[in-house]
Amino acid sequence: MATETPPRFAPGDRVRVRAAFPPGHIRTPFFVRGREGRVEALAAIHPNPEGLAYGGDGTPRRPVYRVAFRQADLWEDYAGAPGDATVVDIFEHWLEPAEGGAP
Amino acid sequence: MSEHDDHTHDHKHDHGHDHDNGHAPHPFQPDIEDGPITEYMVLTRAIGELMVEKGVFAAEDLREKLEYMQSRKPALGARLIARAWTDPAFAARLERDAMAAAQELDIDVGVVEIRALPDRPGLHNVIVCTLCSCYPVMLLGNSPDWYKSREYRSRVVREPRAVLAEFGTEIPAETELRIHDSTAELRYFVIPERPAGTEGWSEERLADIVTRDCMIGTALPKPGAA
Repeated sequence: MATETPPRFAPGDRVRVRAAFPPGHIRTPFFVRGREGRVEALAAIHPNPEGLAYGGDGTPRRPVYRVAFRQADLWEDYAGAPGDATVVDIFEHWLEPAEGGAP
Repeated sequence: MSEHDDHTHDHKHDHGHDHDNGHAPHPFQPDIEDGPITEYMVLTRAIGELMVEKGVFAAEDLREKLEYMQSRKPALGARLIARAWTDPAFAARLERDAMAAAQELDIDVGVVEIRALPDRPGLHNVIVCTLCSCYPVMLLGNSPDWYKSREYRSRVVREPRAVLAEFGTEIPAETELRIHDSTAELRYFVIPERPAGTEGWSEERLADIVTRDCMIGTALPKPGAA
């Protein structure tokens, strides 16, 4: 459909969250911006909340991914287990391929 | 403001009388209206009143909806988990499509998609919404105040093991911890592992030990709790 963008990333892809700080209704938490993670799965395809929040219709609908970040990659002095991770649902337009990461 | 001042004055006056009876003066308990009204409280009330005024819905509809949300309880999620613990085929369906699995048990799940996060040996899940307070209300009822607190929302991703320890939940170092931040369109709940010592228990008895916090991931079910 013209109002949808086909998924750009696949499970296993290394991605980096855009280090951008635009004003408005943004669903990308600050603590992952600029950080690298791994796409776990395509979670859903949803209207874009950044448009919906201001009376728009949220098109084009965007892929939303479950992206896993190693805790040690988020916090320099993380004291937990090496495998600990935070998984965040992120809209595709906030993701770019990590250097040497995407196929 | 002047009404408040009068109120305070009257109150002090009353205290003067109390004192004659030998009671020490004590601070009065504030009424809920005595706290400051925030911008968002004003907005929420204004939108509600406008909707009613414009006939989008009636005040009665709003009250009924709130009452319905209040009626949702963690017991609904606990039923799903107790069934999953006793029926592996149902467990598989719950993990694949929690919405459909809940409907099998005649549980209304609403329209916002909820997904299950199964714990495994060596893996423990916890949920949070760092941006606001997203929560699977239809299955767990309204969230506890601490879930919405800035402290939980910021610390559980920063130092999850320390936060869980404050809930009395120690996760072994060799167990991988996954914090799920429901920032977008999906809601999650945790399916804890069935604890040892519950062999042969009925579904009802199992459901009793699956508390709200077990489905958030800040607690683990314990056979002694039932």
